Amino acid sequence: MERNFDRRDFLRLAGLGGVVFASGLAGCASYGASKTSDFSFVQLSDSHWGFNGPAINPEAGTTLKRAVAEVNALALAPDFIVFTGDLTHTTDDPQVRRARMREFRAIVADLKVRDIHFLAGEHDASLDRGAAFMEFFGPTHYSFDYRGVHFVALDNVSDPAARIGEEQLAWLKADLAGLSKQAPIVVLTHRPLFDLAPQWDWATRDGDQAMAILLPYENVTVFYGHIHQNNDHLTGHIAHHAAKSLIFPLPAPGSQPKREPLRWDAAHPFQGLGYRAVASTGKDVPLSISERNIAPG
Amino acid sequence: MKTERRQFLTAGTAAVALLALGRWAGAEAQERVLSVVARKFVFLPNEITLKLGEPVILEFTAFEVVMGFNIPALKLRTDIVPGQIARLRLTPAQVGSYDFLCDNFCGDGHEDMNGRLIVVA
Repeated sequence: MERNFDRRDFLRLAGLGGVVFASGLAGCASYGASKTSDFSFVQLSDSHWGFNGPAINPEAGTTLKRAVAEVNALALAPDFIVFTGDLTHTTDDPQVRRARMREFRAIVADLKVRDIHFLAGEHDASLDRGAAFMEFFGPTHYSFDYRGVHFVALDNVSDPAARIGEEQLAWLKADLAGLSKQAPIVVLTHRPLFDLAPQWDWATRDGDQAMAILLPYENVTVFYGHIHQNNDHLTGHIAHHAAKSLIFPLPAPGSQPKREPLRWDAAHPFQGLGYRAVASTGKDVPLSISERNIAPG
Repeated sequence: MKTERRQFLTAGTAAVALLALGRWAGAEAQERVLSVVARKFVFLPNEITLKLGEPVILEFTAFEVVMGFNIPALKLRTDIVPGQIARLRLTPAQVGSYDFLCDNFCGDGHEDMNGRLIVVA
């Protein structure tokens, strides 16, 4: 069943309590408006389930659950949800890792929207090359199509050296090969695919190779996590958008000597924590992006 | 990455470049050797002071998991594999302070595994 909301509806319904702007996929009309249709999705990221640090987030045990409740209460229910990594906080103990993934999975099972696409973060996957993640959430890289938009999930974390790797890069090239250069493409990943702040490990070692594969395509937008804050960047015509975290915010890239988590502000609980809603109206307009904050209280 | 190989970091590519010199079997007697241990989740030492123009060899060891040593501003890095000595040879070409970090995810605390290389006149 087709959704009958337009961009104005999305701005009104999804933008409440958040910041709305437009990005990417402009030019979809030239690809063929008949091939795309209205839909929206929500991006959740970096919940680090299992993290324990009362000075940083004394509500670590409830923040993810609050996000689930807020998404369930959205006036405009998303068609699907993407979760861009660091679902769990890392641990050296494989059994604890699996216990955290089991608990995480039980919490997000309360989401009314059942179509959820999971990606791994380095906290989930780098110590066992994604073994536990795959047991619980499936492959670490894949693609799917939704209403005329091609989605690609890239894994830049299962290799602890933050490489996508030659095999996956070849897969990416082959996956895109059948698409028109005007096809609307959304890339989901955990780490930035560009050198945002390499001194803080905010980069993908072979991200430039992924970008070289993506750049010939005219309508590409990248959504990622890892840096625990909103950040917008352009590589040529390709926009990259980082999402907020659901556990603690981090300082702006390179703004201080160390990338230490920002401490909890009791006067402004949940400040800097949130998620985003994205809408495609399938016409000659870019994506509408609504940045939302976890509500206090 | 084989760090014994000739490595070039040309000053022309970055204002803060260090110059890697010669082949490994070169004039070792003229080079000061500095040992750096990488362990969860710290480099020992985590502050390395070098003199401008002094050729040095950094020798890295790790005992737990594969670590990485990376100075992004200088585009200088090596893997540190347990049981092997990783070496970087360099001659500081410009006074300054350069952050380094472990760039192989090694566990809870990886994000704190960093340090600073300081080049003094």
